[in-house]
Amino acid sequence: MNAKARLISKISLKGLEIAPAQVWGSIRLVPLLRQNQNKNLRLFRRSYDEDIGVVNIDRQLAYISYIPHGLVLSWNNNETPQATLGSQLATDGKSLELKCCRSSVKIRMLNRMAKKESPNQLRFLPLHLAMEGFLSMYFSGPSIAWKEYPRRILSNGLNPRSEFSFLGSSISGFEDALRVFEIHENQVGILVFVAEALASAFIVPNSQDYRALHTSLLQDFYGELIYYYGMLRNTNYPMDVSVDESQINSLKDLKKAISKMRQDWAEFQVFMADSLLDRPLKAKKIQKTGRFTLERFITDLDPQKVNHIGEVIVSQNGDLEYLKSYRLSTAQTKRVYLLSQLAKYNWNLQDTAISLNISQNELVKRLERVGFGYLLKESVLDAARKNKL
Amino acid sequence: MSTILNWSVREEEVTREDLVMFVNACFACTGQKEFYSHGYGDRVSIDFLHEYILGNYRLLYARTLAAGINHFNTAQIILKLLATGKDTLPENKAEEGTLIAAALNSLPPQRAWKLLEQLKQRRINNRRSRAIVREYINQHKNINFQAVKYRSKLREIVSHIHLKLNGELGNFLFSGWQKRVYETELFEKFRQAHYSAEAIYELPYTVAEGLAYKHKIPRQIFLSRIESQMTLGEKLRLQKTAERTDKVKIELNWEKLPLTKLALYILSLSIKKRSENWHLFHEGLLKAARNILSKSPLKLGKVAAVLDCSYSSSGSSEKRRRPLGVALAAHYLLKIAAIEYKSFWTGDIKEPLLVTARGQTNLATPLLNAIEYNPDLIVIISDAWDNDPPNGAAEVLRIYRTKLDPKKSIAIAHFNPVFDTDNYNLRSISPLIPTLGLRDAEDLPTMLNFARFAEGSANLKELEEYLAGRVEQMLSKHTSSVFISENKTQI
Repeated sequence: MNAKARLISKISLKGLEIAPAQVWGSIRLVPLLRQNQNKNLRLFRRSYDEDIGVVNIDRQLAYISYIPHGLVLSWNNNETPQATLGSQLATDGKSLELKCCRSSVKIRMLNRMAKKESPNQLRFLPLHLAMEGFLSMYFSGPSIAWKEYPRRILSNGLNPRSEFSFLGSSISGFEDALRVFEIHENQVGILVFVAEALASAFIVPNSQDYRALHTSLLQDFYGELIYYYGMLRNTNYPMDVSVDESQINSLKDLKKAISKMRQDWAEFQVFMADSLLDRPLKAKKIQKTGRFTLERFITDLDPQKVNHIGEVIVSQNGDLEYLKSYRLSTAQTKRVYLLSQLAKYNWNLQDTAISLNISQNELVKRLERVGFGYLLKESVLDAARKNKL
Repeated sequence: MSTILNWSVREEEVTREDLVMFVNACFACTGQKEFYSHGYGDRVSIDFLHEYILGNYRLLYARTLAAGINHFNTAQIILKLLATGKDTLPENKAEEGTLIAAALNSLPPQRAWKLLEQLKQRRINNRRSRAIVREYINQHKNINFQAVKYRSKLREIVSHIHLKLNGELGNFLFSGWQKRVYETELFEKFRQAHYSAEAIYELPYTVAEGLAYKHKIPRQIFLSRIESQMTLGEKLRLQKTAERTDKVKIELNWEKLPLTKLALYILSLSIKKRSENWHLFHEGLLKAARNILSKSPLKLGKVAAVLDCSYSSSGSSEKRRRPLGVALAAHYLLKIAAIEYKSFWTGDIKEPLLVTARGQTNLATPLLNAIEYNPDLIVIISDAWDNDPPNGAAEVLRIYRTKLDPKKSIAIAHFNPVFDTDNYNLRSISPLIPTLGLRDAEDLPTMLNFARFAEGSANLKELEEYLAGRVEQMLSKHTSSVFISENKTQI
């Protein structure tokens, strides 16, 4: 086998069947089915009931967030189905309790985003893995001591970097939509649309695991935009597929037309999800375990388009065994785009401004607007506000 | 001239639609939580519908009592009629009064007492309502037993209408166990039970339960000893409680349950238990179906049923598996009623008795298969949330009805066990077929008769005649039963 495994270049739903959506309020849920399921690969949820999770990425870097659950992937190499026992019982990290101001905060200290717990078991933190990658992206800091940056940054790096998101249960109507959703027999995944915008894609190895993880979608996090969409809309666009009766002369034709209806829905829903599917991706390998690779990805960060981050588990033959994605809001995309441009020109403000075809004043103001003001010296910000750079 | 004519035609049409909507709602809605809606919304919605029909078509509203509607709506109608007695036209007063009395008698006692108690809560106290309550209490065959079982309700009602009671009943209601001694046996038992733990076992279960707590009798001992006093419904309710402990076993005589209740009971059991007792249950359901048909005969030719067993047929916490239970019960009923019968489920169901509410709603495929079977009648039982593909069944019906079979050689009727709160109506699959409410499979023969009104093939006049006919039937039964009871008292 090729020693350096190929990373995924785009998400395709190969091997998956797309069933017609079920709509509830502004939420459209598209079931993804798989006929040949991998019984040797299982995915379980492990709940953490602490208020805050702290994950140490390396010696100097920690990721802090609300982490309600992790996922445990376990596999075996023979043909017998994987037993479920034990994978959820293992201890994971340490739980601390901090007392302050007459209340206490529980903290879970976790070791690494993805951790191999035994030869055939891997624990990872869904979406946090992708988010951590997103946060650290282009955030290395300048290697030349440009005068615009304060000394703190030059000596300690650019920390901290933060983003905020909304919990699934806060999206209006999402809980009810998941409750009344009728899970298909072979369903392994789902595409979540809120007001016709793709909020997330979720795929697991087999249907049994999907049934167990269906409600876990409520505990994942979603972008700001999705939250507002859910709040502002309570219906969907009325969409209908109908049959052309002039083509139908017998019951057999009608049967064919109905299966064509299903196909039309599937095609249309792929079109609706085109911001994620078949987009060029930038992927990074996180763990390689036997026959599967855990990778995280980000779409091409085109500021004109909708971008997603996420993580996948891909088997050797290229099948998607697991996928979870997060739609970046426009502000988030803008932030990371600015960072990427800065990184490209080695954090030189002048060069970056020229490449973006704006003045240096404008670039500094733009950095401040998207929330990166803390990276620059106060005097530089003041000067830019007065257009005196 | 023609516009006036059109207006009156349109008016009739609206009246017919309103009434069909109302009767349908009265068959399906119980003001309880459904899979897709919350109970509160349901109650607001059905209450509005009642007010609307009462305000616009009072006589027909009263006559709906005879249509065979469910108990919840019967109680609602009686209450609303009694509250607004002065709006009744003089010529309708007698009919309305007898209808209320007859409908009240047809309710199970717990429903009837609860309804009468609401008269006090809603401050309804007119001459007619007093007369109806008095009549109801006087004609009750076993009023002493009722007084023990529903003592607080009966007391409220009697004090509300200032009714003078004969014998020990008044003393019993108002002084209870504090009196020294009763001559009536049951009252005496009730009194004794407040002092002796042994005496409680001769009281009705619900009364004994509270006293058992008072005497601190362990639950297991209490349950095993009170078993003989339990009604069938109580035994059914306590099956799961009894299963939790080894020592108590409540024998349920499930063969006596009516069809839909039996289907719901069987569906509450595990697949393992159902397949172990497959033969027993199968025969039991067939027998229950035959019982219904002996009472209300229904003879059908070649029939196909499209039955929904999707996840939404699991109902709600208040109506567990009701839609699925109705589908299973209807399956057995149609099996007996039809000469030739075949069922088509939305899921992959090989044995109907082992069905579970699972998966998406794919109505189009079973419907197409049913059409291919070429029956005389297709019965669809579903909540009409078709989602694989959405509108699939609607498209099948549209093209089949308009193009492939415009002469309607196959009759198709859709029965919906779920009330759609937002639209005050039942969710329909397609406007081309009639949609009918169905809470109990027992009502299937009645509703099949009603289908022509929902479809629009019969006009308002026919609907009025139909209702009047039902009223006549109901009243003739009622007066004969009153006559018999009067005779008995004379003897």
